[in-house]
Amino acid sequence: MSTSAKGGVLVYAEHENGVIHPVSFELLGKGREIADRLGVELWSVLLGHRVKRQAEELVYYGADRVFLYDHPTLEVFDVVRYKHVLVKLVRETEPLVFLVGATPLGRSLAPRVAAALNTGLTADCIDLQVDKDGELIQIRPAFTGNILAHIKTRSRPIMATVRYRVMKAPKRDTSRRGVVVEKRPGEALETGLRFLGKVSARRVNLADADVIVAGGRGLKRKEDLKLLEELASLLGGVLGVSRPLVDEGWISKDYQVGFSGNTVKPRLYVACGISGSPQHLAGMRGSDVIVAINIDPSAPIFRVADYGVVGDLYEVVPKLIEALKRIKGGSVDG
Amino acid sequence: MLIKQVPDIEKVRFDVETGRVDRSSAPAETNPFDLNALETAVRLKEKLGGRVTVISMGPPQAESSLRDALARGADRAILLTDKRFAGADTLATSYTLATAIRKLGSFDLIVCGEKTVDGDTGQVGPEVAEHLGIPHVAYVCEVREVSEDRILVVSDMGDKYLFEVTLPALITVTKDINTPRIPTLRDVLKARRAKVEVWDADSLAGYGETCRFGLQGSMTLVTRITIPSEEGRRGIIFRGEDAVERLIEALRKEGFIP
Repeated sequence: MSTSAKGGVLVYAEHENGVIHPVSFELLGKGREIADRLGVELWSVLLGHRVKRQAEELVYYGADRVFLYDHPTLEVFDVVRYKHVLVKLVRETEPLVFLVGATPLGRSLAPRVAAALNTGLTADCIDLQVDKDGELIQIRPAFTGNILAHIKTRSRPIMATVRYRVMKAPKRDTSRRGVVVEKRPGEALETGLRFLGKVSARRVNLADADVIVAGGRGLKRKEDLKLLEELASLLGGVLGVSRPLVDEGWISKDYQVGFSGNTVKPRLYVACGISGSPQHLAGMRGSDVIVAINIDPSAPIFRVADYGVVGDLYEVVPKLIEALKRIKGGSVDG
Repeated sequence: MLIKQVPDIEKVRFDVETGRVDRSSAPAETNPFDLNALETAVRLKEKLGGRVTVISMGPPQAESSLRDALARGADRAILLTDKRFAGADTLATSYTLATAIRKLGSFDLIVCGEKTVDGDTGQVGPEVAEHLGIPHVAYVCEVREVSEDRILVVSDMGDKYLFEVTLPALITVTKDINTPRIPTLRDVLKARRAKVEVWDADSLAGYGETCRFGLQGSMTLVTRITIPSEEGRRGIIFRGEDAVERLIEALRKEGFIP
């Protein structure tokens, strides 16, 4: 490997206080696949302060080369300053593909970089495929998840933000070797943005949840959320809700699944008393296994369900809780 | 403030055979997120004075969304409409909007919705900010303070963060920021008579490169549209007395229950 290179597949390494966001590892996995198909190197870029050690991690997850910008002026995320650095790097190294996680941060940063480079950017992809002509096809939901658009880009780099948990992260391999290229960010110009601190932390992180038990309009009272919470905890999961319950003021928006709330992809999603509006489906359609409990057999939620129970959630959920408790009790007591 | 007219997402039809979106199958409405953006702008005006200008790019019928914005408190409405704007991706759209804003002259704050219900990208706001060389904050759920040259906002990125931004700047707002007002009948009637300015590509010629508008300025191309398939789903429905037992059995087979 030479010290200068051009034309790789570049992955943006997102982190918070030095903890790499798992979507970055997932992108390294997909990026490795694309780079191998195109016969180019896989690169990653990391911006921050005192993050040198994380650069090595990116190598363990598949990067051949990591561009490291470790500098006090990059300690907090400033979308304009970060954009400057990335634009400069792209102009220098001319990557073919540039992937960014479709996190709130990524979806704020990537458009600025793309606009500055006058290149195409595809938002919130759920799949990336190299076709037989070596073209990168980017697949993304549109129209509130009602359709999937297949997109090609005619400019370089091809830029895309990619949804969390749709790609598989590779195994961490500490025997992998790569090059860490230490770069300087250049002069820190005034950007007009001042970060004044965290106001509040989210109460629950649905994006990371493996099991979600969600309630909707079928619930009659706020207190009944406790029922679903109990079911969630028996299944090792967390509570979620559809938008109407947030609008009613029953619970914080942190718990909302759907187009204007959280997009989730748990291993198991249990929808209780949720009819399944397009807005709700857009937020949970990617779940591995979907269970629907609804009194109305014609509810759209059944069309995306793996397993459904047609029945009153007030009868079904307590029975489920009871059965799970019996099973748990049995396995604990032997 | 920037708005987009979109089809009513509950009613729009998708042709599974041809993979086409039939926009004419659904009534058009203003992108719901943009109503929160408009409300944000109008409230700032009511507090601090100034004028709210609304810009939309789209076909001639998008005029109705601009009229609606006038009824909801905007002072001036501009429709960017031209065949040469058509087929634009987010890059060309944002470039065209930024060019129109340059033509308008000075401004303090640009407010946009977080994303649209049809494109779902959330990219146009930050891209406009980049084209204009101004800072932006996305996912704003609260405006804390505004002064002549600064705005203090809370951005909801999962956790909530406080930013101070020097004006001029751009913010994109979430649905939580406010509840959009319902226009009064008087305002609706007044807006019906108000003027909506129409700008075409030629009228923007001195303010940007027209080759960056529309299809010509777009770098991404939709090659195919498919309808998400639920093929992989088992679709097993349990009814009756033993439904819960059978669901438990299924969850056990899937490995969720010991």
